[in-house]
Amino acid sequence: MARRAQPISALPGAGAALLVAALIFGTLAAVALRAEAGRGFGSSDWAALRFTLIQAVLSATLSVALAIGLARALARRRFFGRSVLIALLGAPFILPVIVAILGLLAVFGRAGWVSQALGVFGFEPLQIYGLHGVVLAHVFFNLPLATRLILQGWQEIPAERFRLAAQLNAGPRAIWQLLEAPMLMRVVPGALAVVFAICLSSFAVALTLGGGPRATTIELAIYQAFRFDFDLGRAALLSAVQLVLTGLAAFVALRVSAADGVGAGLDRALRRWDGDSSLARGLDVFWILSAALFLMLPLAAVVSSGVSGLFLLKANVWMAAITSVMVSALSTLVLLLLALPMAAAVALGRSAMIEVAGILGLAASPLVIGTGLFVVIYPFADPFALALPVTALVNAVMALPFALRILVPRAREVTARYGKLSLSLDMAGWPFLWQVFLPRMRPQIGFAAGLAAALSMGDLGVITLFADPEVATLPLQIYRLMGAYQMQAAAGAALLLLALSMGVFWILDRGGRWHAEA
Amino acid sequence: MKYSVFAAALLSATAAYAETPELTVYTYDSFVSDWGPGPAVETAFEAQCGCDLKLVGAGDGAALLARIRLEGARSDADVVLGLDTNLTAAAKATGLFADHGSSADYSLPVAWEDATFAPYDWGYFAFVHNADAVVPTDFRALGASDMKIVIQDPRSSTPGLGLLMWVKAAYGDEAPAIWADLADNVVTVTKGWSEAYGLFLEGEADMVLSYTTSPAYHLIAEEDASKAAAPFDEGHYMQVEVAGILASSDQPELARSFMRFMVSEEFQSIIPTTNWMYPSVTPAAGLPAGFETLIAPAKSLLLSADEAAALRDGALGEWLDALSQ
Repeated sequence: MARRAQPISALPGAGAALLVAALIFGTLAAVALRAEAGRGFGSSDWAALRFTLIQAVLSATLSVALAIGLARALARRRFFGRSVLIALLGAPFILPVIVAILGLLAVFGRAGWVSQALGVFGFEPLQIYGLHGVVLAHVFFNLPLATRLILQGWQEIPAERFRLAAQLNAGPRAIWQLLEAPMLMRVVPGALAVVFAICLSSFAVALTLGGGPRATTIELAIYQAFRFDFDLGRAALLSAVQLVLTGLAAFVALRVSAADGVGAGLDRALRRWDGDSSLARGLDVFWILSAALFLMLPLAAVVSSGVSGLFLLKANVWMAAITSVMVSALSTLVLLLLALPMAAAVALGRSAMIEVAGILGLAASPLVIGTGLFVVIYPFADPFALALPVTALVNAVMALPFALRILVPRAREVTARYGKLSLSLDMAGWPFLWQVFLPRMRPQIGFAAGLAAALSMGDLGVITLFADPEVATLPLQIYRLMGAYQMQAAAGAALLLLALSMGVFWILDRGGRWHAEA
Repeated sequence: MKYSVFAAALLSATAAYAETPELTVYTYDSFVSDWGPGPAVETAFEAQCGCDLKLVGAGDGAALLARIRLEGARSDADVVLGLDTNLTAAAKATGLFADHGSSADYSLPVAWEDATFAPYDWGYFAFVHNADAVVPTDFRALGASDMKIVIQDPRSSTPGLGLLMWVKAAYGDEAPAIWADLADNVVTVTKGWSEAYGLFLEGEADMVLSYTTSPAYHLIAEEDASKAAAPFDEGHYMQVEVAGILASSDQPELARSFMRFMVSEEFQSIIPTTNWMYPSVTPAAGLPAGFETLIAPAKSLLLSADEAAALRDGALGEWLDALSQ
């Protein structure tokens, strides 16, 4: 079969996917090969697997279900502070885990605000620890992400469709059936898969809010295999299980999600004429207010406990902040170099395996990737000298699944709409890339880059194995402060981290759409 | 061509650098942090050794051992500082360590005879609480009370493993029953010490597993006398932190002199207010003011390295069973 002519080549994307797969499977193999004889999959591992799956399925379903309601409300309404709220939605999942946990507990814990309020009326304090606590925390982390992914689906419905719907006097039900439901069919499976994958590799959150060893996840079992038993074979095996589960979820998600887009518009500014009834208004206000409260209260706790700590920060914390910004910039660059070609390749209809490869980054245990890289690098080079590049690379791979979910739908549209035209105008290759593809992808690139930068800023990831004593990232410095009883300074540093992450996210995300309506 | 010039420059730079011998010490993260003993230790040792002391942080004690096992005999490390007696049997079994060859008049509550590892500080595990709270005086009373505690997971934390050994050393075969009673007191289990202590300070629990010396930090560094450690009648399990020389070291002489420095007055007087532990050799000037307010357990519990290694997996199983109900 002759190859169909394409405006751009899918080869770089396939190459990037190969590179990612090589990194993930190569490090896994390196760990497995380094293993001495150990024990295989035990009964406690099955229990861990069961708990991991249950909490991940519950967390993903609930996060995405709530996100649909919230995204719909946000898509329909324009109000003062809307863009700030949407930017702040990014905050929960870029916080270091320990900071987010403390923030959540300040609100929902035994001594938290809610429990105190209940106490005033003579009620028992909230019992947060248990499966419901794990799910609550995961919804806190992932609802914002799922909302952004789904909201983007709404924004990709061309403004002309809503105009047409208004002209035809289509009611909410018709708009839902004709515009929104098909869009959701396309976006939701991917969002589910991403959130599922994130929750699958959860460890500290699940353990702390799960209330003890009942809440043992596979990632904790990997941790145990690595440091309690030094059983690298088992660590690799468990990590492989995680990868297979995520791979399956991604594959299923891609299968069920309808691939055809909503079609192109003229990039006109969006106006909505629907959802004007007082019931619809009331519902939307309810959604937005309750979500904002749920997400902002823990953040408010982080901010209020951090303000006084800001004044305790010494030069080393500021140095760490600069290091983190550098790592974040580097990893954002690496991310775009990987994600853009991959998104283009997927859009051109190249094998779905590219997309699956992209999502595996989430499932790969940071401990296993870090150990594998260490095993591979150690014979040839000083791991400390490579600490920052390695961290940047791994952070980029971990952010790749998010970036692809953001980039791919738009890339599909752009190539479908303008591919043939560009070919007929003999604009294939670089001209298409520079003059058609990238400019049209700009809002998505900005969003993806912002997310990657913020994630990389907050991620402890592999830095611990490679950490150079002189060069610490901000999250590492926060842990060090806490380890030295400096909880107040740690809270201050966490606030600084939050501000920096939000700052880069804001700049990149706005930068991508400064001419467009948010 | 360009590369060979670059390589030559690099080589000559390394050669010039190598005139000052370098001693690489792997340790846990909080030791090298700016608030830990690391910076003061580095300055003090470099002033006398004519060398460059490179302190490398590698997670916590258990991660440190895993790191050494990963690197094996190729390791750049000369000295490993920061294992405890729950880890030393496994560390010794790797065959990577050589005898330390130093001796000192240790002020540990137990006799120390280990040719491979030398102690540099120690402490007692204890439950830390707000000073105004009425607290139980042993594990049975704790299990019967409705006090809420937060502890660390033994699979991911050294204090967590210490608590496992504490209950095992105090109660032996009765440990499962003790854990069963404690299960409803445990609010939650955290990945590491920092999370647990943070939760306690936030008011999530009445007590947290930490050290008898923790109140000293609040008292001395923050002038806050509101924290206390609960004395338990069955005695307190000790954590003895040790260092050892790697057999593969290319600076064995320097490594041995570091081990001597480690038990010297200078190093030992840095420990109490940076690592917040008891020095293994009490300095001539005594302990810093404030340490005298700490509880002094009537009985010190410590399993030998071999006992600890033999009991570990069984004790973990009992703990998991009791707390997974």
